[in-house]
Amino acid sequence: MAQFVFEADLHGLLKLDTPIPNAPPARWQRKAKESGAPGPSPAAGVSPMKPANRSHSSSKTPSRTPGKSGSKIQSTPTKAGGDRYIPNRSTMHMEMANFLLTKENDPAEESPTKKEQQKAWAVNLNGFDIEEAKILRLSGKPQNAPEGYQNNLKVLYSQKATPGSSRKNGRYIPSMPDRILDAPEIRNDYYLNLIDWSSQNFLAVALDNSVYLWNHTSGEIIQLLQMEHPDDYVSSVSWIKEGNYLAVGTSNAEVQLWDIQQQKRLRNMTSHSSRVGSLSWNSYILSSGARTGHIHHHDVRVAEHHVATLAGHTQEVCGLKWSLDGRYLASGGNDNLVNIWPCTQGDSGDFAPVQTFTQHQGAVKAVAWCPWQSNVLATGGGTSDRHIRIWNVCSGTCLSAVDAHSQVCSILWSTNYKEFISGHGFAQNQLVVWKYPTMAKVTELRGHTARVLNLTMSPDGATVASAAADETLRLWRCFEMDPIKKKEKEKANSAKSSIIHQGIR
Amino acid sequence: MAKQLGRDQQGITLRGSAEIVAEFFSYGINSILYQRGIYPPETFTRVQKYGLTLLVTTDPDLKNYLNNVVEQMKEWLYKCIVQRLVVVISSIENNEVLERWQFDIECDKTAKDESAPREKSQKAIQDEIRSVIRQITATVTFLPLLETACAFDLLIYTDKDLAVPEKWEESGPQFVANSEEVRLRSFTTTIHKVNSMVAYKKDSFP
Repeated sequence: MAQFVFEADLHGLLKLDTPIPNAPPARWQRKAKESGAPGPSPAAGVSPMKPANRSHSSSKTPSRTPGKSGSKIQSTPTKAGGDRYIPNRSTMHMEMANFLLTKENDPAEESPTKKEQQKAWAVNLNGFDIEEAKILRLSGKPQNAPEGYQNNLKVLYSQKATPGSSRKNGRYIPSMPDRILDAPEIRNDYYLNLIDWSSQNFLAVALDNSVYLWNHTSGEIIQLLQMEHPDDYVSSVSWIKEGNYLAVGTSNAEVQLWDIQQQKRLRNMTSHSSRVGSLSWNSYILSSGARTGHIHHHDVRVAEHHVATLAGHTQEVCGLKWSLDGRYLASGGNDNLVNIWPCTQGDSGDFAPVQTFTQHQGAVKAVAWCPWQSNVLATGGGTSDRHIRIWNVCSGTCLSAVDAHSQVCSILWSTNYKEFISGHGFAQNQLVVWKYPTMAKVTELRGHTARVLNLTMSPDGATVASAAADETLRLWRCFEMDPIKKKEKEKANSAKSSIIHQGIR
Repeated sequence: MAKQLGRDQQGITLRGSAEIVAEFFSYGINSILYQRGIYPPETFTRVQKYGLTLLVTTDPDLKNYLNNVVEQMKEWLYKCIVQRLVVVISSIENNEVLERWQFDIECDKTAKDESAPREKSQKAIQDEIRSVIRQITATVTFLPLLETACAFDLLIYTDKDLAVPEKWEESGPQFVANSEEVRLRSFTTTIHKVNSMVAYKKDSFP
């Protein structure tokens, strides 16, 4: 431990912002030591609720960490001793005054080189030349935040599970996942989209440089591909609507198209210059978002696949989703912007966003279109933002915003119930189911031990799969349809078709 | 016709540059106060600026305080005598400095009132300012939590021979003891260049 003491001493000597350790104690320090008893009437600005540990200072100077003897300032009473002459000493600069006073005792004449040296030291330590500049401070502090205001950051980052949130919600949602799958080597990168569930019930998972397919019905696992270079990795996966082709975006800027039945690569489309972190299909158009902020449209049927470029982001595009009717493309980026793009070019031949939303204060990766209300989009912000916002893209208004208190990585809407689910990170790594449009919390699904990275939904809409940094995939049966209700729905669907049949006959 | 510069291509004059920088400080300080939780988030409202949604305070006293500083900064920037603006965040209980945001200003002293406006598009400057403000917002991902209630202070480093105006007093540098520093982006209006950095207290547990 001796080296820490030496280092601490050295630091203490070099930094001029702590009092000189061997100087005679200032009058107020001596007084505080003598009195020892709890101080005089509390000066302005100190609430009576905070007891000063003054009784301890006389017996022993407590130090925070062992061996740190350099800075004595931490051991003096918590409130710089006020007395009846000068009630509030916090506005005085004891250290500076002490230094200036004691400095006068030093000999005035010094050799020029020593002066140069001292000047160099002063510039180094203070960051500026004391002779050339001075520091001014506006006197009269502004009103501090009202008493009882606890710093918000501490509250939200140390949130414990709220007991009130577990009220009866009318249906039973199991709090444990249906299944837990192992996902070793999954990349813990917020900006990637590593899982997707096909309409043929295959779950594609990208684990570092390979992609595996998990058959939900049979449970078997197939390794679809592995990158040639060990340094490359898969950065996004996306199934085509029919479920027979899988688009794979890679760290070396390629967009690959794979046929599942034959397990062969059909195409390797290169047009980007940086990793492809997001993909989205619109029938035969595949859109890809890259780290440069560009979005490319690829027509997968033709040889010249790169048909359009959308430049609306200045940083990585992490969220990309075509609307269900194929009219709009929503993109979210690391530059905190959400852009809504039309499906056709404007008059000038260039694509320009019809809407740009700047309200998020963090990266927008969670982007999801509402299936039952057209033109309604849900977006979620990263660590700096933590809000979920619902937009009407035609009017450009924010319909509602709710603070989720944690980084939002993904949002999925459920048609079975008018709800949506969001995946979160620090501190609880939970999935939250919200009721729409009331934005009330239906339930929170806990279990992941590290931040949730991606969410995807099964083709029947009953199960949600979440991939997290704890290298597991959990399947939650949160949107299961009541079997009776299911039968009613099917009846309603079949009734419609029979009417049509009658008409045609 | 060719002589008329478009609005976003008008040259930057000394006064214009001082205004741009002072405005940036106003929004930057508001962002820092919101992101670090010095004041309750409910007291902030959203405004559109630099193509971003920024949060500014609605508290009248605080607004007044900041306006005073910004006005004074404009004057000093115009005269090119200010070198640095520092936002010091310290704990209320023991006055310990927890964080220190430092904005260094390099002023091109050759730019005078009468000299021709410099060529730099408003858009380019706005883009640069936008990057800095976004970086300030993103710092919350690595800065340590401010556990206790905190207060902030504004320090301005000026030339030595400046007459101290009313309401201002001299002060020490208020460094953070045992600090970790992170340099942020800078922006320049070709007359003033602003470098930003944040210093925070290293956590005591390694």
